[in-house]
Amino acid sequence: MTRRILAALVVALAVVAPAAASEQNPTVSELERELICPTCHETLAASTSPIAERMRAFIRARIAAGDTKSEIKDKLVEQFGESVLAAPPKSGFNLLAWLLPLVGIVLAAGIVGFLAYRWSRSRKAEELGPSADGRLGLDPELERRLDEELARYDV
Amino acid sequence: MPGRLRIALQAAAVLVVALLLALLGWKVFNPDEAPDAGRPAPNFTLPHLNSDEPVSLASFRGKAVVLNFWASWCGPCKDEAPLLESAWNRYKDQGVVVLGVDAQDFDVDAQRFVDRAGITYPVVRDKHGSTLGHYGVTGFPETWFIDAEGRIVGEHVAGPLTEEDLERNIKIALGRPA
Repeated sequence: MTRRILAALVVALAVVAPAAASEQNPTVSELERELICPTCHETLAASTSPIAERMRAFIRARIAAGDTKSEIKDKLVEQFGESVLAAPPKSGFNLLAWLLPLVGIVLAAGIVGFLAYRWSRSRKAEELGPSADGRLGLDPELERRLDEELARYDV
Repeated sequence: MPGRLRIALQAAAVLVVALLLALLGWKVFNPDEAPDAGRPAPNFTLPHLNSDEPVSLASFRGKAVVLNFWASWCGPCKDEAPLLESAWNRYKDQGVVVLGVDAQDFDVDAQRFVDRAGITYPVVRDKHGSTLGHYGVTGFPETWFIDAEGRIVGEHVAGPLTEEDLERNIKIALGRPA
């Protein structure tokens, strides 16, 4: 048990430590991939426009001044708005952009699971064939309607 | 699948498709393009570059407006700034306002540009570029002329202005024979 807890802690550290290091000591190239040039709507990494050059110079200056990644991004958002971020922030209304795809995946998995369950049940009923009283393993609603239809011809 | 659930799912799917079609239609009929001459100039309220005080285009109603979109990193904007400043000094007592809109820029760069070019006409800061779509601005500089009734008049100059462009269009905006 102790070993398992230790292993989990090591894995958690392996994930969290690089993220924390990147937050405290960001590089120009990683910020270039996470920010958008406001005039050409490409990432800074892909853009050679004058404003992209100016933003790169700003990022270099802020890194040299010891700013964290979040501080640099916040300053750029203050200047150009949130559209400067390549990915929406994980807060407020923008959180929906992160959550909706997950909700969609969970919903789709639920629907597929439900349909697969129904399909496997109907296959089972078909394989079992007619029940002891000679009736087919039909859907109760369908069976009720069938009985009604047959009753009409019952003379 | 029960009948009601199936109908509900079909209705939801139809609703989603209808919403997407409505969005497509809205974008087709409301594209981000330059307004035609004679149409009302899209209004905006933006902070003044120096004071952060809100400045509304509508507040200049009754005056002709030279609306100039620029950014400090734009080379041709540096060339035309003296022309605009000179026109402002010549015409400000005749009911003309030159209004600069700085966009896609750093505050400090815009302020430095204004100081170096000796600009004294009002300049507002469009941090998020919200006016660019309404005026169909695709690059800098771009200039529009607006008459005293707030309508777009004259030529839309996409690119650097010449002195002749300015004179001709200011006269049109003032309702004088060009």
